[in-house]
Amino acid sequence: MTRALSLLAPVVLIVLILAVWEAACRGLDIPAYFLPAPSAIAAAAWTNAPVLLRSAWNTLSMALVALVISSAIAMTLALVVAPSVVMESAVRPLAVALQVTPIVAIAPQAVIWAGLDHPERAVVGLAAVVAFFPIFSGALTGLRSADPDLERLFDLYGASRAQRLFRLRLPSAAPFILEGHKVAAGLAIVGAVVAEFVAGSGSAQGLAWRILEAANRLQIAKEFAAVVVLGVMGVGLHALLQAGERAILLRWRGRR
Amino acid sequence: MIASLEAVEVDYPGRGRALGPFSLSLEAGETVALIGPSGCGKSTALRLLAGLESPTRGRAVLSSGKGETSVVFQAPTLMPWASAEENAALPLELAGTPKPEARARARDALAKVRLAGAETAKPAQLSGGMAMRVSLARALVTRPKLLLLDEPFAALDEITRRALADDIQALWAELRPAIVFVTHNVEEAVYMAGRLVVMTSGPGRIAAETRIEGPMPRPPGFRTTAGFRETAEKVSHDLALAMGQAA
Repeated sequence: MTRALSLLAPVVLIVLILAVWEAACRGLDIPAYFLPAPSAIAAAAWTNAPVLLRSAWNTLSMALVALVISSAIAMTLALVVAPSVVMESAVRPLAVALQVTPIVAIAPQAVIWAGLDHPERAVVGLAAVVAFFPIFSGALTGLRSADPDLERLFDLYGASRAQRLFRLRLPSAAPFILEGHKVAAGLAIVGAVVAEFVAGSGSAQGLAWRILEAANRLQIAKEFAAVVVLGVMGVGLHALLQAGERAILLRWRGRR
Repeated sequence: MIASLEAVEVDYPGRGRALGPFSLSLEAGETVALIGPSGCGKSTALRLLAGLESPTRGRAVLSSGKGETSVVFQAPTLMPWASAEENAALPLELAGTPKPEARARARDALAKVRLAGAETAKPAQLSGGMAMRVSLARALVTRPKLLLLDEPFAALDEITRRALADDIQALWAELRPAIVFVTHNVEEAVYMAGRLVVMTSGPGRIAAETRIEGPMPRPPGFRTTAGFRETAEKVSHDLALAMGQAA
């Protein structure tokens, strides 16, 4: 009962908001270039569905490629850095600097480095930069989260460095690494969209490109439709990762 | 002699002395309880015996080799992602025992602690007492000569701790390891040990030593005998003195 209600509640709220929005647009004669009615947005989404879906796939695929690249680099670096406090203190300020620098600030240079003919490389690179930190930080924390008494037990039984890494530290880090990837996936999409605004063109025509294009042509309903698709994509990816994380963790620690 | 601590002292930087001077010599198959107030260095003494720490001064002589000493901590300290069998097989697998043999011996060890049938369960699926018995199986799987128990009952309820105490006694009767057992429960110490060492508050030194008569393993009803009562009272008195309060 509560479960059904908690699933139903957001749907009811959204329908309510849309109804008020629709009524306001019609009743107050709000011009379509200022705020299109939900019905107009739905119509625009329907007529532009092929191009919007293609663009969504472009954005999503660039974000996913960025996530894979970022994961490989962040995990490798965490494994290298984790055993040594000195190495970590050398790397961490750089990692933090990378995290707090807004990617719009480095995007113009990234476009030049990627080559003006390859804007998609710039988008992937920038999204990877944004996704890096949560994975790196999660893996580093996780690799050091092993139970100290288990570490002592591994000492007692004379475990090798490889045994300690693969049989204790990596499995201990698993929940942290999963959480890091979940956060990073969301950031990679945001990163890809922001990077597209700056770098998008030619072969990098994702949803951000559609939003800009529609806005420039005053096709406001289409612009909103693209934003809606972006939101749905983000929510869907998050739900998928959440379910994946839950399934893996359930296997990891067993069904209670 | 299986292990001895000779006038050992342990200092921790910034916290001062944790233990000593403290001496303890262990014969093969002997059961010794270390009892004392919190922070008296009991666990430190245990880590010295395990070779996990070195004394700041004095000498720790450990004659048992790798795999001949096992430790059971206060918490079960199991790998949450691994099954009971995988957890119990860990010491053997780390030492390079082929996996099928390690697993077979782990299943034997689990059966000895009455966990046959729970081999595939993960720690989160086990009760506190069962998890503690997996931890005990892991400690016994190498057939150690020295078994170190660091307050293994502290987190368990009274019924579970009594059952576990009897399990340990039965296992001791079969495998005869020397056992050093840290506790702050007087009755537990008298029940489990042939020799009882009372320690002063930190830095821990020996305040009193008592030999406990009676058969090992303890027969049913041992807790209600006059001898048990008397010894428990004497040890309580020693303990109160060690803590600086006359009983």
